[in-house]
Amino acid sequence: MAVRGASTVRGRVTLYVLAFCFAVFCGFPFLWAGFTMFRQDSDLYNTQHDPFEYSKPATLSHVTDLFSNTPYLHFILNSVVIGLATVGITLVLGVPAAYALARLTGRWGVPMAIAIFAVYLVPPTLLFLPMSRLIVTLGLQDSIWSLVVVYPGFTIPLSVWLLVGFFRSVPRDVEEQAQVDGYSRVGAVVHTVLPLVVPGIFTVIVFTFTLTMQDFIYALAFISSSSHMTISVGVPTNLIKGDVLYWQSLMASAVIVAVPVALVYNLFLNRFIQGFTLGAVKG
Amino acid sequence: MSSAAASTRRGRRARARPPRRRRYLLDRERILGPLLLLPAVLYLVAVVGYPLVLAIMYSFSDVVLGSPRFDFVGLQTFRRAISEPTFVHALEHSFLITGISQVLVIVLCTVLAFVLAANFRGKWFLRFLVLMPWTTPIALGAIIWLWMLDSIFTPFDWFAQKLHVVAPGGHLVLLGHEGTALGSVIAVQTWRMLPLATVIVLAGLSSIPRDIEEQAVVDGAGFWRRLFSVQLPLLAPVILVAVLFGVVFTFTDMAVVFILTGGGPGDATQVLPSWAFYKGINGGNLSVGAADAMFMFPVLLGLSVLVLRLASRVGGD
Amino acid sequence: MATVQTRGLRKEFGQHAAVDGIDLETEEGEYLVLLGPSGCGKTTLLRLIAGLEHPTAGDVIIGGEVVTGLPPRARRIAMVFQSYALYPHKTVRRNITFPLAAAGVPRHEWPEKVAWASDLLGIGPMLDRRPRQLSGGERQRVALARALVREPQLFLFDEPLSNLDAKLRTLARDELKEFQRRMGITTVYVTHDQVEAMGLGDRVAVLNQGRVQQIGTPEQVYDDPANTFVATFVGAPPMNLLTMRDTMVGFRPENFLPEDSVGSREGQLVCDFEITRVENLGSDRYVYGTVPDFDPEAKVIAKLPSTLPASPRPDTRERYVIERAKLRFFGVEDGERASAPASGLPGWSREAR
Repeated sequence: MAVRGASTVRGRVTLYVLAFCFAVFCGFPFLWAGFTMFRQDSDLYNTQHDPFEYSKPATLSHVTDLFSNTPYLHFILNSVVIGLATVGITLVLGVPAAYALARLTGRWGVPMAIAIFAVYLVPPTLLFLPMSRLIVTLGLQDSIWSLVVVYPGFTIPLSVWLLVGFFRSVPRDVEEQAQVDGYSRVGAVVHTVLPLVVPGIFTVIVFTFTLTMQDFIYALAFISSSSHMTISVGVPTNLIKGDVLYWQSLMASAVIVAVPVALVYNLFLNRFIQGFTLGAVKG
Repeated sequence: MSSAAASTRRGRRARARPPRRRRYLLDRERILGPLLLLPAVLYLVAVVGYPLVLAIMYSFSDVVLGSPRFDFVGLQTFRRAISEPTFVHALEHSFLITGISQVLVIVLCTVLAFVLAANFRGKWFLRFLVLMPWTTPIALGAIIWLWMLDSIFTPFDWFAQKLHVVAPGGHLVLLGHEGTALGSVIAVQTWRMLPLATVIVLAGLSSIPRDIEEQAVVDGAGFWRRLFSVQLPLLAPVILVAVLFGVVFTFTDMAVVFILTGGGPGDATQVLPSWAFYKGINGGNLSVGAADAMFMFPVLLGLSVLVLRLASRVGGD
Repeated sequence: MATVQTRGLRKEFGQHAAVDGIDLETEEGEYLVLLGPSGCGKTTLLRLIAGLEHPTAGDVIIGGEVVTGLPPRARRIAMVFQSYALYPHKTVRRNITFPLAAAGVPRHEWPEKVAWASDLLGIGPMLDRRPRQLSGGERQRVALARALVREPQLFLFDEPLSNLDAKLRTLARDELKEFQRRMGITTVYVTHDQVEAMGLGDRVAVLNQGRVQQIGTPEQVYDDPANTFVATFVGAPPMNLLTMRDTMVGFRPENFLPEDSVGSREGQLVCDFEITRVENLGSDRYVYGTVPDFDPEAKVIAKLPSTLPASPRPDTRERYVIERAKLRFFGVEDGERASAPASGLPGWSREAR
């Protein structure tokens, strides 16, 4: 991709200035969070102290408090379990569906793909009310499995979209060659297509997993006891007790989650873009 | 010399033994295709389609939480929902917040996509920072902003004091005043939707064929002309998709308002989804909550149809 | 070895019939080439024979068995695609053993079969490399080894030489023909390149618009075209066609030579040739012009070998001869082969003296 405008001095300066501005806009809140989370209470909550300076030595106590005095570890564990289970369901249902849409459908494949993707746009804030009743009927209230049941509702459409893109990037004749060489349709896919789509599947795993961590409303509506909560819901409800907010621990809880996830995303971003683009060609 | 006359041994040769066709059923596209699609489709119908139908039914009934009662009452619930003044405010705010934040997002994400498409030192780090607002769970992102906009301890007070917007030692109390509270919600929504929109536009940028760009350079087009005459028109369908995502996810989001302002001060920042949650779960009135939420639906539907149609016409996608 | 037969084979895609009723039969061990322009249906026909497409009507019979409706793996065929379709994530060896694994052949038999196939094609040293490390010609050989190892009854090729550069193509063509001759396996080969078709085929089937226009040996197809399509598709430059009232007269460029160089005698026709342009291509000269007395509209090309002493010059008018026996006649309406018009050839009544 031709580097636009960056060949002149003025171009490069503009580029770096813009980059800096965006970096500040996106990153400043995290910077502030990271900065304040190691400050002692007596330092932070003293309005006489300069907010941009550590008047007292930094402390890890808030971070350790987070892990020892709150159910934070439970939250993380729950989120991980829910995430993995959802990923499992999503792959089992989504991979075959994506293959079918990529290869096995003719004219009705495109509207079908659009329909499946449209499901992604149905808001949880609309569905959560009837879902709450349903969850109660199924006896899953206050259980993490209620979320495992519901989350594939939005992870499957997104995964199918991405996977269709990845399946399309495998040349057709490799599949057909495998059929001529002696495999059934399914066998040909398993032996030739799936190995080539593995990077795509990893991408889907990453994005599905983090998507499950994003949800707020379902988790809020379905789960009531702290030990069953996810990170998304547990942190606001447990660390905000009435008017007293444990800010440093709150910031720690957010930063601890945000940084690794962003790192992993960054690693997979190029593949995500590839799958997204390929999935977008022809609807 | 016709081809029909070419083969004279046709009749004698072929022994038409019926082949073992049932074994190969799964090889038929017509059968395998739907078979592979079915589980996913069924699951989505059960987990999304069915609740959707229920939501519609609730809004026409008088269902309450904790009671199995269920009677149809026609439009009565809708009338009740609309009659509350907060509802009207919530509707207004939903449109206002979504509209302003997404316009900002579109402009900013296009610029940012171009920045990220270029090569420069520290690009990977910038990408990392840009991704953070999106990858952080919404609730946690909102908490970070909550702290950053705190009435007493916000760092912006220091800037405001230096710029003499407030007296020395004074506080902005951003979340306490109607206007700035709305502005804060808009800021957070812009902040968190920017990364996704940028990624989508980046994807679009990378799919512009190189020769078209090089052709434009050869044809003598300068930077700005290339941008407005070649690149932006080609990006239009992609940008529309990014708009669609952004509008849907902002319009239907309740987490930011719930955590940042709780709808306040008063109901100055109440939006439709958080109001529906409040009425439905806190208030226990499922039908009113559903009715409130239903108002999101036509907007979303209309928007999606519009954007998809525009995108296919503009881009020949 | 087996033969392939198609009976009334038809394949429709929506409204369009890609294959429009084809009846074909090969001999055992024959190398049959399906030749035609893009979109003529030759690849669809090949895929129907392979089982990769399901016919709308008609049957495919391989080795005497009706295989319509059976998937490729049940037909004991081998196919080589234009791209060779080597499995990129496997080594050459694993590419070759792939069909053996699919067929459930016991593992201890594999090394022997691999050795046999790789020796035959001379790819022994490459067995542990990956496809991306191989050249085009090497990939072809691996594709052939893989195809061979299943001991198929039929070989199918879909334009395998198209991806090779021109120089390599001639060598690869030679290897392919030699290979088939040795193995003696019935082969159906698709190409749009008529030089390839003439060089490789025992018989050539010329296709257009989903139908077989003519099937015969390369000589038959070249010397005795069944219609104007075959006449102009086969042979480069194409056969000259002049329209004369209700008949079209055709003759090949190499048969149209200057009277001064070859003399004239009994059984030849002489006419004026208005030369517009001359191309010197080294081994041949192409002389472009018109025959104004006869059909001033039609472009006529004469092909003079470099060994013929002659110096055609543009913007001149010369006398050229053609043997009567080399003329071919076609109906003006349908382009089908016809006999010489009984009324003789007006405008060409000047016999050689």
